Amino acid sequence: MTNPIEQFQILPLIPLKVAGVDISFTNSSAMMVVAVALSTLFLTLSVRSRALVPGRWQSLAEIFYEFIAGMLRSNVGSEGRRYFPFVFTLFMFVLFGNVLGLMPIPAIGFTYTSHIVVTFALAAVVFIGVTVIGFWRHGFHFLRMFFPEGAPLATALVLVPIEVISYLSRPISLSVRLFANMTAGHIILKILGGFVVTLGSMYVLPGVFPFAFLSAVTVLEIGIALLQAYVFTVLTCIYLHDAIHMH
Amino acid sequence: MDYESAKVIGAGLAAIGVIGSGVGVGSVWSSLIATVGRNPSAKANVELYAWIGFAVTEAIALFALVISLMILFK
Repeated sequence: MTNPIEQFQILPLIPLKVAGVDISFTNSSAMMVVAVALSTLFLTLSVRSRALVPGRWQSLAEIFYEFIAGMLRSNVGSEGRRYFPFVFTLFMFVLFGNVLGLMPIPAIGFTYTSHIVVTFALAAVVFIGVTVIGFWRHGFHFLRMFFPEGAPLATALVLVPIEVISYLSRPISLSVRLFANMTAGHIILKILGGFVVTLGSMYVLPGVFPFAFLSAVTVLEIGIALLQAYVFTVLTCIYLHDAIHMH
Repeated sequence: MDYESAKVIGAGLAAIGVIGSGVGVGSVWSSLIATVGRNPSAKANVELYAWIGFAVTEAIALFALVISLMILFK
């Protein structure tokens, strides 16, 4: 049986080197291109007819749109509408990355959300963007967020460092949650797949049991892929709410 | 004790952290069941928070798992 973390290896498809920096087109970048192309095609082609009574494809696109619009409405409020394009793009990118990663695509099959460098870059953009929005809207009054209203002044010595640390750990928890979920899920699938192959090649009948379990776990992983894209987006909305309304 | 066995034992010890998350996820779902049992009409409102609570708590287990894997495959 091969190493269960071998599947996360980044392989260069088109080796490129510019001024000593490795910018090869890898299987990770290929999957990102596929995800962006697929989501763009899906969203443009499905609403092309602009029917008042939507057909099947248009309904599907409208479900995605309504889902994120409703999420922004309930978590951020009406001020959140101007951030809709960013949040929607983020959701679709993470969702397609998670779901396409579960598909057995030959040659380039890869889950880019299972790499901390990808999820941390996404989380860092959210974190920096939210902080900039907070300072832009409230000025230095935004620092008030690190000290709850009405707390006695003497508690500032303890409260402020705790609040600052919890604020700074947001991008880490946001990115590690997504990356760890995807990595752990794919490792479990690989190990269970190994059980099926080793047991099934010796005796066919007992191999059915790990296969049944593997099928159940695959369903769970599809659920996790959708749920984690949702959680990533919801937490982005909650951080946006904090920056705009300050608690 | 040689390096290899120490590594495997360390990875096993690091995975103990999963216990806390198991208790936490159980608590999330038990609260949801208790809430929906008392007030079935609140299901649509609280289910969303339950999923967020589940995902956030489950992430703690995965932090422990990541540390365990880092020990195992480094």
